[in-house]
Amino acid sequence: MDETWHIVWFTLGSALLSMVVILPIGLPLAWLLARKEWPGKSIVETIIALPLVMPPVATGLILLKVAGRRGFIGSFLHEHFDMDIIFTWRAVVLALAVMSFPLLVRSLRVALEGVSPRLEGVARTLGASPLRVFFTVTLPLAARGIIAGVVLAFARALGEFGATVLIAGNIPGRTSTLAVSTYLYIQLGQDDAAWKLVAISISFAFVAVWLSEWLGRKQRVTV
Amino acid sequence: MIYFSAQVFLPLNHFPLEVAFEARDLVTGVFGPSGCGKTSLLESICGLRSPTRARIELRGRLLADAAKGISLLPEKRNIGLVPQDLALFPHLNVRQNILYGVKKGAPTIHLDHIMEVLEIGSLLPRPIHSLSGGEKQRVAFARALLASPELLILDEPLSSLNFALKQKIVTYLIRIRDEFKIPMLYVSHDPLEIMELCQEVLIMEEGKMIHRGKPGDLFRSCLSPVH
Repeated sequence: MDETWHIVWFTLGSALLSMVVILPIGLPLAWLLARKEWPGKSIVETIIALPLVMPPVATGLILLKVAGRRGFIGSFLHEHFDMDIIFTWRAVVLALAVMSFPLLVRSLRVALEGVSPRLEGVARTLGASPLRVFFTVTLPLAARGIIAGVVLAFARALGEFGATVLIAGNIPGRTSTLAVSTYLYIQLGQDDAAWKLVAISISFAFVAVWLSEWLGRKQRVTV
Repeated sequence: MIYFSAQVFLPLNHFPLEVAFEARDLVTGVFGPSGCGKTSLLESICGLRSPTRARIELRGRLLADAAKGISLLPEKRNIGLVPQDLALFPHLNVRQNILYGVKKGAPTIHLDHIMEVLEIGSLLPRPIHSLSGGEKQRVAFARALLASPELLILDEPLSSLNFALKQKIVTYLIRIRDEFKIPMLYVSHDPLEIMELCQEVLIMEEGKMIHRGKPGDLFRSCLSPVH
């Protein structure tokens, strides 16, 4: 396969996998933030938002410490499952997941807050358990906003650079993503190849942001 | 016969809600100005709010008792609620809305009976956004009734309607009262609605229950013409 397309498919696949990893964690967390009051909530909110404002390289360095062979997660996985994270495709997925998590949780929270608690309350008085209310009232009404949030987080993942380059490097055919490869081509003076990747990145970003905005607008109209 | 009793204490923004009352096996009006704590009281009764202190009993069944650490979840209380904005599910059609709370086993109220009394048979396949204000009211009543509640709470359900439509919906409410014989708490700040529907009225002001009696007796003085 042409190297460019390999990079494109690898980046798309990694970003998709990172969404699969963070959505099951992000959705309940967003619900807890949107609907419940609990001690330490503002601290958790702040910690979740940190990767949005911290230098991505700093986040990468923390991940390197945690997921490296000497880190508590990295050493556990290496000892028990003979699995390495750093400088593998898993590191790419980890970096994309961590860096897009804050954006995902924020978007999901806004989508869930858009559903009137009164609808959920009335559903409870009609005999529905909280779980049934979530799946039959909250989720369908927030669905467009949730998809919009996932698309936006996915777009963020596609463009991730700082943390990825630190923990996954740029191993051709193994960890090369769009952003990291673009940087490498510029370093090597291969401007044509770099511009090709930039054009692809812009196309993905445009479609993702447009789709996310369109879905978000629809949600505001329907709820 | 005492059917329902509630003692609720809940601090609100400007005053505490502190209410104790009993309701008989009929339609009881709860009357008071906006912001006097009516909705907070109803939500506490339904289990949608957690009062600081409460003791709520329905047909001899304890729904909440702070002293004993009991507070049943809203879905276990079997109290129907029609809120002011009706809260119909916008993503479901009329049929799906009204069947949402139907319980397995033998319901005490049947769909055919509801359709006949509220004249909603032709509305069943329609989406909620296509309904008129009056149709939405009837669908909201049907949804609450089909869950076979032991107590039905109507929180100012007619406040957004014009006078003519209000009169029409009141006739449906009278039919509900006479056909299904489900005790109701009917909240309103319109004395005429209360006089038409309720056998008894509780008057609230700033979180307190200040009067209780027959609507005719309590409202006669304020509704009679000035000589």
